[in-house]
Amino acid sequence: MPSVVEKKKSLTFQELLFTLQRFWAEHGCVLQQPYDLEIGAGTMSPDTFLRVLGPKPISIAYAQPSRRPADGRYGENPNRLFRHTQLQVILKPPPERVQELYLESLVAIGIDLAQHDIKFEEDNWEWPVGGAWGVGWQVMLDGQEITQFTYFQQCGGMDLDPISGEITYGLERIAQFLQDLDSIYDIVWSRDPVTGRELTYGQVRLHEEQQFSAYSFDYADVPSLWKHLELYEAECLALFARAKQVLVEENTDTLQVLRFPTLGAYELALKCSHTFNLLDARGAISVTERVGVMARIRNLIVGVAKIYAEQGRLTPAA
Amino acid sequence: MPDFLLEIGLEEVPARMLASAQAELLRRALAVLAREQLISAEPTAHSYSTPRRLAVLIRDVLTQQPDITEETTGPAIKIAFKEGVATPAAEAFARKSGVAVAELKTISTPKGDYLAATTLKRGRTAAEVLAAELPKEIAAIYWAKNMYWRAGKPERFVRPVLWLACLLGEEVVPLTFAGKTAGRATYGHRVLSSGEPFEIVNPDSYLAQLEGEYVLADVELRRQKIRKALDHVTRTIPRARWREDEALVDAVTHLSEWPDVLLGNFEPAYLELPQEVLVTVMRDHQKYFAVEDANGKLAPHFLTVTNIALTDENAPIIRQGNERVLRARFNDARFFWEFDQRTLLTDRVKLLEHVTFQKDLGSYAEKSERVRTLAGVLAAISISRDALLDAPAIEAAAILAKTDLTTELVKEFTELQGIIGGLYARSQGLPANVAEAIYDQYLPASAGDAIPRSAEGCILGLADRIDTIANMFALGMEPTGSKDPFALRRAANAIVKILAESALPLSLTDVLTASAPTPEVSTKLHTFFSERIDFYLREARGQAYDVVKAVTAIGTDDLRDLVARAEAVTAARGSEDFLAVSAAFKRMKNILTQARAKGDTPPSIVDHDLLLDPAEKLLAITASAAASAIEELQSERNYSEALRVIAALRPSIDDFFDKVMVMVPEDDIRANRLALLNRTLEDLSRIADFSEIVTAG
Repeated sequence: MPSVVEKKKSLTFQELLFTLQRFWAEHGCVLQQPYDLEIGAGTMSPDTFLRVLGPKPISIAYAQPSRRPADGRYGENPNRLFRHTQLQVILKPPPERVQELYLESLVAIGIDLAQHDIKFEEDNWEWPVGGAWGVGWQVMLDGQEITQFTYFQQCGGMDLDPISGEITYGLERIAQFLQDLDSIYDIVWSRDPVTGRELTYGQVRLHEEQQFSAYSFDYADVPSLWKHLELYEAECLALFARAKQVLVEENTDTLQVLRFPTLGAYELALKCSHTFNLLDARGAISVTERVGVMARIRNLIVGVAKIYAEQGRLTPAA
Repeated sequence: MPDFLLEIGLEEVPARMLASAQAELLRRALAVLAREQLISAEPTAHSYSTPRRLAVLIRDVLTQQPDITEETTGPAIKIAFKEGVATPAAEAFARKSGVAVAELKTISTPKGDYLAATTLKRGRTAAEVLAAELPKEIAAIYWAKNMYWRAGKPERFVRPVLWLACLLGEEVVPLTFAGKTAGRATYGHRVLSSGEPFEIVNPDSYLAQLEGEYVLADVELRRQKIRKALDHVTRTIPRARWREDEALVDAVTHLSEWPDVLLGNFEPAYLELPQEVLVTVMRDHQKYFAVEDANGKLAPHFLTVTNIALTDENAPIIRQGNERVLRARFNDARFFWEFDQRTLLTDRVKLLEHVTFQKDLGSYAEKSERVRTLAGVLAAISISRDALLDAPAIEAAAILAKTDLTTELVKEFTELQGIIGGLYARSQGLPANVAEAIYDQYLPASAGDAIPRSAEGCILGLADRIDTIANMFALGMEPTGSKDPFALRRAANAIVKILAESALPLSLTDVLTASAPTPEVSTKLHTFFSERIDFYLREARGQAYDVVKAVTAIGTDDLRDLVARAEAVTAARGSEDFLAVSAAFKRMKNILTQARAKGDTPPSIVDHDLLLDPAEKLLAITASAAASAIEELQSERNYSEALRVIAALRPSIDDFFDKVMVMVPEDDIRANRLALLNRTLEDLSRIADFSEIVTAG
């Protein structure tokens, strides 16, 4: 069937990323770099998970490579990835008519709204391990989910005030849509401005998908992973104990409170979360263990959120 | 009198919540207007909704409440005046009434003279009332899930409120809610309209003005438009029709402000996949309607309802996008289908050890083992009662029933559990009755569903559910009030329906006993099931409350028998004779109860020599003849004839009560007459306790 989309005119994968980043920068967002740890979704970056806590307004946008070990398919499934890329926008508080702003961003990437069918369908988000949830929509474009739109209500088990609006674009999905492709691996990643030579998503990333699927499913050493999990957890819990001393018991000065490494504790918690995902992909977590391990990780993540909120309360000017 | 319009503009409201919210807003607005005496008793009113708005339009609202003159009573005169001077009590009353002390008057009551005031309560304007009262009503609308959005969390609502429009006639009613003050501006369709607000001229022009901006606010009109468009588009394919799906029509109606219908196609090669999978992908994941040919076979097309008018320019683009999405989903399904087939169901039994059923009840492997035993018990009982059953097939189905939970296809399409297992069993060459029992195991999932097609499937369904229910009860996790997290009521409803509608020779006790409950759990289960049985008779069988009481009083163990008795009683209650006999039974029961209360216990045997009056002799003979006739008819389950026999007793019963006095002073005669009544009542109450039938009015 001949495509009705003019492929030459549609954005390459990297142009898509530039365009969306430029759009949100022009609407007041601070552009952050991707978080440099293994995380499963842009939401888990401290730029979202921790910064939505507290009263300080923020507007941040960043691309976030998101790793989900169990979702890998050795690069053989045209629609599933071990690692996909989210463009995450956090607006605290969300501006009035934020949906219109979002639709403008679609126009910016070349989507003529009059030529498509767009719907906001109910889709509520929940991350029990982070004690976090929100209400919102999945944005459907011609039957394809292209964005998750969420109004965060709780995080770390705490009510948010003000709330944040979160817009998460699935960049591969959108690129596939714009370029009218059946396989993610055929997405044009870049086009040489001089020679016109195209590089595809497969050429850039396929080897990664193959190797990390193999690592997650076949190679990762289960006893070592369990050890990692315990080490990260122990260090994180040790920091919790110190947090209690520094933030609550000792008469510490503001600087000491400011310097308390909550962010370090969060990284340890994130390491645990990723290690858990790897163990899960390896099929190493039995039924009886599963609930218990998830509760341990929840304890870490929610614990960090509580400390972060307390630290923010003690150092309001910072 | 002016018309009233209220429109609440919102970010997209979840489709599933719109219908009830729309109705609730109207109900609340009408209640305020009625309470405040601003509308007639039978107002003309309409409500509208789209994903982006809720609206009500109420005709002929009064602009002004009537003034009301009220007389209020104050303190007693002797307290109000001391030596002709007004006391503080009198002054306080005057202040409260808004008049001077001199304007107060005296009224005489039986308790003495009191001070009184006549006050005029000025009616408020409708605009004042609505601005004061409606915001509270809007805030009180029930939402299954709502949210905060403004700083300081002043209110919760389903989604952020974007605008309010409120008009009484041509005038704006400036009510305030969620930080918005109502005006006359509204918005059209997100894309098709300019995006700029426009002014509503008056309530009457509301619908037409919206339509001009590509919003069809009337839900029923939208539904009709969608149905027509579905028909129209399907007609382009010879002999095809779209697969009727009321729930899906409803869902898409609430997802669009300006619907249109687009036909898409998929490669016929996908039709090799089971149609259950294809339809689930289309309906549940994409909200597409399936298309079938004249024989009901799935055709390689789908229909999607858009939220935009289709043109020659946009239709090919939108079609291409939807076709690509569906192709990807079908590819996934095909991949899973083929991948799953590499591991036979029989090899998946072991994998169930890693799937939790419930944390205190272990894995699905353990559950399957329990269900196998239970199904074996139920099969053995049935066979001992001459049922034709393939016991080995039941055992095989019980072992394999849950194995599809380990397949990728079920992980992706959980709503297809059971069905997928059945399909795999069939394609893996397992016996047809095993595959069918697995396929049907979750039937009936709701009251409207059929029961499993085979006796084997019915036994599997009974065993699976009673295992869950009995174990949950044993853990103290029975449903309470509106809380039923494990859907145990639904599971029990299914057991009742299977027992009542299948040909299995099993009683409720057979099923409950098979689960080997402790005496304490057993009592709870019986109570729980008797509620479910009442529910089934009333809701699924449409039986009246008194009939349900009458027939369940005789026993609920044999459910097919129970249903037959209930239906016969309902059919008979139209007859005057039957109602008269029921009334007479009530009278007999009362006489016996009163006699017993006085220590008159009727002997068990009627002494025919002590029957004196011809009327009592006649009753003894006719009742005893009827009893033996009924016994025989009952063994044939010919309840309608049995009830006719009972109704035919009316003349002799009437005659008895006309001519015979039961509570006579002579002890032996009285006792014998009580024995006659007791015998008659017992003999004739084996179908139902007729004294429960409501006969008056």
